Amino acid sequence: MFYLIGLLSVIFFALAISVISKSIKLNKALVADENTGSALDSNNNANAYGMIIFWALGTIVGVWSFIVAKPDFLPVAASEHGLRTDSMFWISMSVVTFAFFATNTLLLFFAFKYRYNKDRKATFYPVNHKLELIWTVIPAIVMAILVFTGWRTWRDITSQAPSDAVVIEITGHQFGWYVRYAGNDDNQLGNYNYKLIDETNNIGIDFTDKNSFDDFTATELHLPKGKAVLLKIHAQDVLHSVYLPFHRVKMDAVPGMPTKFWFTPNMTTDEMRAKLGKKDFNYKLNCTEICGRGHFGMAITVFVDEPEDYKKWCAEQKPFLATNPTYLAKVPDNLKAKASKYIPVEPVAVDSAAAPAEEAVSVN
Amino acid sequence: MSTATTHAEEVHTHAHDHEHEHHELNFWTKYIFSTDHKTIAKQYLISGIIWAFIGGSLSIIFRLQLGFPEMQLDWLRPILGEWIDEGGKLDKEFYLALVTMHGTIMVFFVLTAGLSGTFSNFLIPLQIGARDMASGFINMLSYWFFFLSSMIMFASLFLETGPASGGWVIYPPLSALPQAMPGSGLGMTMWLTAMTFFIVSSLMGGINYICTVINLRTRGMTFTKMPLTIWSFFFTAVLGLLSFPVLLSAALLLIFDRSFGTSFYLSEIYIQGQALPNMGGSPILYQHLFWFLGHPEVYIVLLPALGMTSEIIATNSRKPIFGYRAMIGSMMGITVLAFIVWAHHMFVTGMNPFLGSVFMFLTLIIAVPSAVKAFNYITTLWKGNLIFTPAMLFSIGLVSLFISGGVTGIILGNSALDINLHDTYFVVAHFHLVMGAASFFGLMAGVYHWFPKMFGRLMNKTLGYIHFWFTFVGVYMVFFPMHYIGIAGFPRRYYSFTAVGNDGAAAFTDMNSFISIAAIITFSAQAIFAWNFFYSIFKGKRAPQNPWNSTTLEWTTPIEPGHGNWEGEIPAVYRWPYDYSKPGSDVDFIPQNVPFSATKSSNLPEEEAEIAKEKEINGLLDAQNESYNR
Repeated sequence: MFYLIGLLSVIFFALAISVISKSIKLNKALVADENTGSALDSNNNANAYGMIIFWALGTIVGVWSFIVAKPDFLPVAASEHGLRTDSMFWISMSVVTFAFFATNTLLLFFAFKYRYNKDRKATFYPVNHKLELIWTVIPAIVMAILVFTGWRTWRDITSQAPSDAVVIEITGHQFGWYVRYAGNDDNQLGNYNYKLIDETNNIGIDFTDKNSFDDFTATELHLPKGKAVLLKIHAQDVLHSVYLPFHRVKMDAVPGMPTKFWFTPNMTTDEMRAKLGKKDFNYKLNCTEICGRGHFGMAITVFVDEPEDYKKWCAEQKPFLATNPTYLAKVPDNLKAKASKYIPVEPVAVDSAAAPAEEAVSVN
Repeated sequence: MSTATTHAEEVHTHAHDHEHEHHELNFWTKYIFSTDHKTIAKQYLISGIIWAFIGGSLSIIFRLQLGFPEMQLDWLRPILGEWIDEGGKLDKEFYLALVTMHGTIMVFFVLTAGLSGTFSNFLIPLQIGARDMASGFINMLSYWFFFLSSMIMFASLFLETGPASGGWVIYPPLSALPQAMPGSGLGMTMWLTAMTFFIVSSLMGGINYICTVINLRTRGMTFTKMPLTIWSFFFTAVLGLLSFPVLLSAALLLIFDRSFGTSFYLSEIYIQGQALPNMGGSPILYQHLFWFLGHPEVYIVLLPALGMTSEIIATNSRKPIFGYRAMIGSMMGITVLAFIVWAHHMFVTGMNPFLGSVFMFLTLIIAVPSAVKAFNYITTLWKGNLIFTPAMLFSIGLVSLFISGGVTGIILGNSALDINLHDTYFVVAHFHLVMGAASFFGLMAGVYHWFPKMFGRLMNKTLGYIHFWFTFVGVYMVFFPMHYIGIAGFPRRYYSFTAVGNDGAAAFTDMNSFISIAAIITFSAQAIFAWNFFYSIFKGKRAPQNPWNSTTLEWTTPIEPGHGNWEGEIPAVYRWPYDYSKPGSDVDFIPQNVPFSATKSSNLPEEEAEIAKEKEINGLLDAQNESYNR
């Protein structure tokens, strides 16, 4: 990279200096020509050559810088839909790069070739309907193809998640992410309510919903490989955006409007480590919607596990209710029996049922 | 007829003289509270240039942070004071403030007011053959509302809590809740106030432009004889008139949410240990309203640049613009489509994916007229006889940047691909090239081209060439590598890339430094322009009447036109503005005010028929004089 910078800077200066010196030289040599046309001056050829030099150097630097930068691009997508969007990205990119190169070449080459020549007269060529039709229709067809393939992919990506998808809730806040799993018993996330948020229950889990009882929270995101994962996304304060660069997943987190994104990870953390040859590699979840001072640091680590490892990890997690038994007080009486199942027997005796309620209040 | 004409002429000149006596202008009415469209244009231009330097220098400060994260910035403390923290680093909130204000200033104050404000004001009356705008007074008010807005926005830079910092799009709830970030306090209030005045200003301007183009064209200037500049200003004004009010509503609702406890954009918020009572609002509503302006805004800054460069390229290729009607048609297409593509900024905001599909279709349609424009530009150069004035160089630069930035729009407009690229540096590269740099090049082209008409003097061309080459190479050096950083998945508006993880930050350290150095060089090169501009106003070489041998009407005015533009009658128009290098003609350009009857040798068969209409065009004189003298 260092050489890239060096060379590019040299080219930058060389180009500028060559044009300037050429201008000055021609300026001196051709003062006599000054009156061939009132708008014309002796630097005309220098500028024309500048165009073609710019084209040549630009092409070389463009191609070369791409080759140099390529190893640092995101590696192959780690999700199934990502493979599709990646191949579509590179196909579209080649189409537009071709268009970019062809049109810029014509532009700069024409600028060079048709530089002023006092023996020549410009061709009066105001219109050609056939030509215009051609270059309206061709881009339209190319666009139509790109749109159609894009639309099909988009439709599949945003389709309904499979019913057996692993449901995980991600909640963005200034400046971090809370993760909640549906639990080991029902694979159903319980309700939440922002008014129930306190220092311990920082997601606002609603314990009047029996689906909440087995939910557990985590500070990192674990995903099973090869299984559909449905992220249910919330935000507590301002907009955030869930970004899993390696999985090509992005979806805003909006206060008051739950959003979702489902995808299938297809490469475990270990596999990606092996592929990249980086032992300490980890997937990340970043924020991509400006959210304040800590926006740039709002990241958590993501682990993609083999399904059995994932299961094992889940089994090791304790439901929120188990680690914070005082919240049993928030459970309505008719569900207390069901909820108590998750309360570890020793530390909290049932006879102190009144005390936790007070405790919970004091937390508030 | 002749008597009538003479009579009218007398009456008119008399009235005109009378007007002049009446106005004997003092300094204040001539230069400050002027109703002359040319003076107002210059006011817009100079304000725009000052804003451009402010906006540019903000970007240099945050580029220092991005390019050299380890750099000690203590030396900036005399300017930035507390915004440099004890460690000699840029404050993290101020970084966001810089990004926000850079965007706001560049988009609205430089490329909207500075570009469209300057050239719509300057060129519409001169090119359609009018003495001034439909309402000179509203025109003056338009500038002074803009000035007031500028002052408020400028003052907000000096607040202790900082200016608005939530990104130039100021998405709520971040912008609605002062507790979310300090910039959302007074800075945000001032941002909203300033933008309200800005919108008032641009509406007044826009109404004036539209009225003037429709009503005050000189005799013979039919719509299909208007230069493409005028067409582009007209479409720009229509876009602004229909979309800016929507931004005003968005801003008003935000003001209500901020100050009067409403919940248009707020719902279920828990912030700083407190649950807010607001329920039922939607931050997405704001985004829809914002982008309903925000997307047309792209074309509000781009269309004038495209219009002016069409004119400049035709003039300096000594060739008619290729496909005049197709150019109008594609601008019209862009204008209409600009209103129905806004939600492509919102593919991953949680908007219904079906809507995403609809907007993807509409967005990619807009690529077609854009492509047609690019091809037409290139064909105009083909077999021309090119004179590289600085204006011509900047116009060619615009076409190149318009293509280079435009093609990536096809990628981003594809919602499936946008998932990964949204809010990364790929987007930053895309819109800086296609909208920022291209429009800026249009602005520069316009300044170099019409400077002689504005100030009666010429700018130094050699300095112009140097300025162009530094800027052209520099802009590519800055924004081309950003595509790579974007493809590598780097999000925008990041203070540093430490949390990207896996040595991601290290991978692009060099490239980020390179971009910053290129940005500093490019920005410094603008000093060449500033010096050339201000020096030439006073000391430049005297300009001839028609320095570029151009066909349009503004070059038929005196070298330094007074109030009313033409001494005596306004010339009539008989032909389109692109009769360059016409076969059979001795001169390589035939101005619009030369009748076909005077150019028998070069008339095309269908133009012979136009000769019969010349009488009719002359007959319109009385009617026109009447309307002016009333």
